[in-house]
Amino acid sequence: MNQRYLIPLTAVFLLFLLAYAGVEGLGLQVVFGVLIPYLAIAAFVIGFVIKVKGWAASAVPFRIPTTCGQQKSLPWIKQNTIDNPSTSTGVFVRMLLEIFAFRSLFRNTKAAFNRNASNKLTYSFEIFLWVGALAFHYAFLVVLLRHFRFFTAPVPEVIQTLEYLDGIIQVGLPGLFISGPVLLLATLFLLSRRIFDAKVSYISQAADYFPLFLIIGIAATGIAMRYFTKVDIIGIKEMTMGLVTFHPHIPEEVGGLFYGHLFLVCILFAYFPISKLMHMGGVFLSPTRNMANNTRAQRHINPWNYDVPIHTYEQYEDHFRDKMIEAGLPVDKKE
Amino acid sequence: MADELTPDEALDKIDYRPRSSSEPRNWLDTTKSVQIRPGMYCYAAKPESVETLGLPYAREWNPTDEDWKLPENWQEILHEGIKERLERFRTFKIFMDICVRCGACADKCHFFLGTGDPKNMPVLRAELLRSIYRNDFTFAGKLLKKIPGGKRLLGSREMSLEALKEMWYYFFQCTECRRCSVFCPYGIDTAEITIIGRELLNLLGLNIDWIATPVSNCYQTGNHLGIQPHAFKDMLEFFVEDIEDITGVDCTPEFQKKGADILFITPSGDVFADPGTYTCQGYLILFKYLKDKYGLDVTWSTYASEGGNFGFFTSHETMKRLNAKMYAEAKRLGVKWILGGECGHMWRVINQYMDTMNGPADFLEVPVNPITGTRFENAASTKMVHICEFTADLIKHGKLELDKSRNANRVLTFHDSCNPARGMGLLEEPRYCIKACADEFYEMPPNTIREQTFCCGSGAGLNAGENIELRMAGALPRANAVKYVHNKFGVNSLATICAIDRAALPTMCEYWVPEVDVIGVHELVGNALILPGEKERTEDLRMEPLPGVEEE
Repeated sequence: MNQRYLIPLTAVFLLFLLAYAGVEGLGLQVVFGVLIPYLAIAAFVIGFVIKVKGWAASAVPFRIPTTCGQQKSLPWIKQNTIDNPSTSTGVFVRMLLEIFAFRSLFRNTKAAFNRNASNKLTYSFEIFLWVGALAFHYAFLVVLLRHFRFFTAPVPEVIQTLEYLDGIIQVGLPGLFISGPVLLLATLFLLSRRIFDAKVSYISQAADYFPLFLIIGIAATGIAMRYFTKVDIIGIKEMTMGLVTFHPHIPEEVGGLFYGHLFLVCILFAYFPISKLMHMGGVFLSPTRNMANNTRAQRHINPWNYDVPIHTYEQYEDHFRDKMIEAGLPVDKKE
Repeated sequence: MADELTPDEALDKIDYRPRSSSEPRNWLDTTKSVQIRPGMYCYAAKPESVETLGLPYAREWNPTDEDWKLPENWQEILHEGIKERLERFRTFKIFMDICVRCGACADKCHFFLGTGDPKNMPVLRAELLRSIYRNDFTFAGKLLKKIPGGKRLLGSREMSLEALKEMWYYFFQCTECRRCSVFCPYGIDTAEITIIGRELLNLLGLNIDWIATPVSNCYQTGNHLGIQPHAFKDMLEFFVEDIEDITGVDCTPEFQKKGADILFITPSGDVFADPGTYTCQGYLILFKYLKDKYGLDVTWSTYASEGGNFGFFTSHETMKRLNAKMYAEAKRLGVKWILGGECGHMWRVINQYMDTMNGPADFLEVPVNPITGTRFENAASTKMVHICEFTADLIKHGKLELDKSRNANRVLTFHDSCNPARGMGLLEEPRYCIKACADEFYEMPPNTIREQTFCCGSGAGLNAGENIELRMAGALPRANAVKYVHNKFGVNSLATICAIDRAALPTMCEYWVPEVDVIGVHELVGNALILPGEKERTEDLRMEPLPGVEEE
């Protein structure tokens, strides 16, 4: 078996058990319900800010967008203003599409080589990674936003509307929120790619499997609580409101499953800024996407541009003067 | 050449599934087994070439030797080098941090598609360096390396000699074409990582000769090929004689002419070898035409006789040192603006780097085509215009008299060169020129052109002889698309606007798609353009009978 996914899988299990046993066996509700959540949020915020500030502190010496369409040149040639933007409006639209619609990933193709008489390389439209990634991210976003119901009183109308839409198919009791199973399925899809696609498997590290198992764990425990074990929702709301109002409160009827769920969420938050999950912040700053392709029209300044030795024309002419004169090439100095 | 693979043998080797049976599951374990294999690598830089520019650690060394004669503190040099570049390049820092290894780039690289080597997946090429970055520069890496087996969890590793050799091997198996960057959801650009990776390797004197010697030549002599001023003039005059034989018109160019309207700079490859030489003749014909008809005064320079910039494949600093000649010469000659010839990476440098590095060019004027009145607003600051923009503008305004029938033997397709496509977006201008000069034009499949174009497999300084297996493997996706239009539409000519293409693609065609010629866009223009006072042409620029002439 492949330890690159067995280790993270075991780790997530153990983390869950740690919180479960800690609460059920040792009565550490305060540690897992108050202390660790505060620490995790602090780690997330501080880590995120440090990371982004670190990126922002690095210079952008050159304007090097990846151009994915026709440049702005002659007035009668139609420019692709989004994929090859020359203005900040174009860049803004490009970034919007990139961040909210994963435009670059949408281009994805799958290459195949047929070793036969034709020996053709073919590229087919490969939409599953895009669909899976979109489903995953949007489902995660909706789940996250829905959870604001636990941290707000009264619950804002936006969150209620979101909940209404998320539960619009009206199946089961309590009503099914479609985002939950979508998140779980999309994560399982992303996981199966890592395991079964030979190329993706080859490039995957334990650090890639860990967040996937973590999110699967979070989604599974969340779904279990809502639809199967039916936890004490009133107690949980008292507790979460206690956390946001800095008056921590430990409810009596809430068991280990909830603390396991919460602990995994805490781990995800604390892990976020020191991992690849920071692509959430980085995508906004990627210089190949967030800059206009107008360097020939407007000079870009490199803050650390420094003078370099060059081989001057005078040195060149000194070196070749006789040959140049003989060949009839103009020279600045005859001697 | 006897040990070269035949096309069939090369095709037999392609398998896109990483070979888990023969390779350990974790690529970090394969480091020790990296074999620098003949056919896949380029020879080491000659010490004298490294010395010309005073670059560090010039020495005789051989990539296949155990001992690379590295300086004592090489790890420290690299560590400091990485640190400095993390501060200087936000691209580098972000690209080291945010890759999620989704694999979207994996099968986008021509080298991966041609070799099946999993380390040619762009993500893995970057991971070679990222694994070291994680170990030495990240919080998680510093934490986990203290735990036994911790490095494995993160995929990090020490900067070992094996890791260095592996990076060298694979950073010189990347042509900086940026195709993977088009598909990356975060725009991670492997070209940028390779550029910085090679810059780091150069801190240890680990360049390849096919880059270092052109750089040295360019610095001293003015061009990559080391053509001295008198020889450069001779070579153009030789073309002038050929053109006179064909057209009866004397197209002698001006050299270093002070006060000319325009300074023209093009890659020296077009002065040196077929079929680039025919493109060069096309330029001479065009300038003669514009001189006679409209009085436009264009000058060449033997000092700034290189459009390309192999410094770009060495380090940012070397790129700047070579590029500086363009503005310096334009200033010395007092021209109004600069016109650049057909070249790939040259245009990425001009479009995205030149003005920033060596500007502002306030001694030049905003380029205006005096014949059409068009103001090239897109080049208002850099003051350098691409010849395809220039020619397209002339054609659009009906300023060129073109006889398409002289190219009637050509069934064309167009190869977008990587850099003009993905570092500029020059897509329609060359197509417009081609269609004005010839009737039969067919595009290759959409996944292989424009921003998705495939590299020739020999760019970024890899067009050497000793790495021919690598080059032909890397050229396979391009060749495969050419073959498709060759079979379907009878395409017999592959047009291009890059000097490296003109050097590399004929070899590719000969290997994968015989019967297809490579032709520069301005060769087509030179054939079609009717010079004032020319005699009736019976031959094209290649001195082959014009279509319709052979039957008479």
